[in-house]
Amino acid sequence: MIDLRSLRSDFPILDREVNGTRLVYLDSAATTQKPQSVLDAMDDYYRLHNSNVHRGAHTLAAEATEMYEAARGRVAGFIGAQPNDLVFVRGATTGINFIAYGWGLNHLKAGDKIIVTIMEHHANIVPWQLVSRITGAELVYLELNEDYTVDTSSLEGILDDKVKIISFSGMSNVTGALGPIKVLSDAARSVGAISVVDAAQLVPHTAVDVTDIDIDFLAFSAHKMLGPTGIGALWGKTERLEEMEPTEGGGEMINTVDRHESTWAPVPHKFEAGTPPIAEAIGFGAAIEYLEAVGMDVIEAHERELTAYALERLSEVPDLTIYGPKDVTLRGGAISFELGDIHPHDIATILDQDGIAVRAGHHCAKPLMQYLEIPATARASFYLYNVFEDVDALVVSLHKARELFGLT
Amino acid sequence: MSGLDELYREVILDHYRNPRRRGTLSGDYIHAEGNNPSCGDEFFLDIEVSGDTITDAAMQGYGCSISQASGSMMMDKIVGMPMSDLRELIHNFKLMMSIEEGDSPVDEDRPGSVLGDLEALQGVRKFPVRIKCADLPWATLTDALDQVSG
Repeated sequence: MIDLRSLRSDFPILDREVNGTRLVYLDSAATTQKPQSVLDAMDDYYRLHNSNVHRGAHTLAAEATEMYEAARGRVAGFIGAQPNDLVFVRGATTGINFIAYGWGLNHLKAGDKIIVTIMEHHANIVPWQLVSRITGAELVYLELNEDYTVDTSSLEGILDDKVKIISFSGMSNVTGALGPIKVLSDAARSVGAISVVDAAQLVPHTAVDVTDIDIDFLAFSAHKMLGPTGIGALWGKTERLEEMEPTEGGGEMINTVDRHESTWAPVPHKFEAGTPPIAEAIGFGAAIEYLEAVGMDVIEAHERELTAYALERLSEVPDLTIYGPKDVTLRGGAISFELGDIHPHDIATILDQDGIAVRAGHHCAKPLMQYLEIPATARASFYLYNVFEDVDALVVSLHKARELFGLT
Repeated sequence: MSGLDELYREVILDHYRNPRRRGTLSGDYIHAEGNNPSCGDEFFLDIEVSGDTITDAAMQGYGCSISQASGSMMMDKIVGMPMSDLRELIHNFKLMMSIEEGDSPVDEDRPGSVLGDLEALQGVRKFPVRIKCADLPWATLTDALDQVSG
């Protein structure tokens, strides 16, 4: 058994109480807690190095620029990428929007197809709907197998040269199911389409190397991997980023500006208009440093043990239905469930009284909810700082919920 | 009584599991829809108005025990009530939920000043994030009344 218990003291918030009891934080799929080193890195920047990046000849400007670009290098290195292929964006959502508008608009025409899966987060649905509305392209969905994994068998009927983009989640934020990266990226390549991976739930929990998986774009968010909010990464193959138009114009992203025309700075800066979130980028870099020190293989193994334990313990709770793969090799640590006729919001309120933070609702995945014919679920999700006792506390509290609602 | 026991009173669970006046109206009626996009709760309301009075009502919806019980209890209360009293009832409910401010003493002569069973929902106040659940049916009713007077 992997015990990461000693890491818990690195996370100041885990010391606090909620409603008079120990905080049991089971909402890392929504956002993760931050270690002291990330907070310190951002604090240090503001206290000692605060300055705008990429302009100004003074010392502080040079230090800030160096720190910002070092963070880029660290984030890129984390996924096996070159720094110049990594764009700092606001988060995975902005990353996908940049691809949809910056690449989609000038490569899609009426009748073309964009393939997504039914398990996508709204962040990987709505941008494509917006671009489809402008271009007349069609959004096509892959559905699920019995075990909640993506059913790729229906690709046969859909896949042709009209398909320009296949965009899919690396790991579902609802069911925890892993996305079929190899099958879908191979499928995309076979018809000359590009593949886009929404890796918001994947990169924080498993080692990803973009030189191992042949995809075109990958987007993820810092705050789901110990970093601050307001920053994330968009990685693209060099040639894809060259083909992509900037979605935002402004300072820092230009080469020259005339009255009516401008030319762009080289990638990645042509996508980073305006003053970027500098402290957040530095915090992102510190989060990566922390994850690397623990080791992604260790984190993945720990979460797999926790998930297996949680699936087993939850299956002992009467009236509880889990929506997601039972096989831990097919999934990550986000576990969605229903408990009898107790609405997920009521479950969340009851658990909160015991200091347990879970998510309840549609998890920004309404098409998936409609497909599963459920209006909402409660969701517990794990990260490196969770311990087996967190699962035990969850189970005890779920029994309390059953009692309160008179389930027998 | 613990906060949770106060929130999930028996009468609330009863209304949640056995909602009153569930369905739709036919003929001439006013329809209003409410939803909380952040949580997905929905409430659909049909009311039949004759003269100044609600003569029939039906609701449909889906959501947590608080939103649905609040709606069911509201249905019990509003049929047969004149419009002027309804506005007062809504105000009183919002006072109880701390959504609106003011003072409204109970007067048996004014049915809108008497919350009755609805007082079972006052435990919601201790759970600020759930107040919008309790309020959903009432916001929908306000929308329906605005259509009548509109």
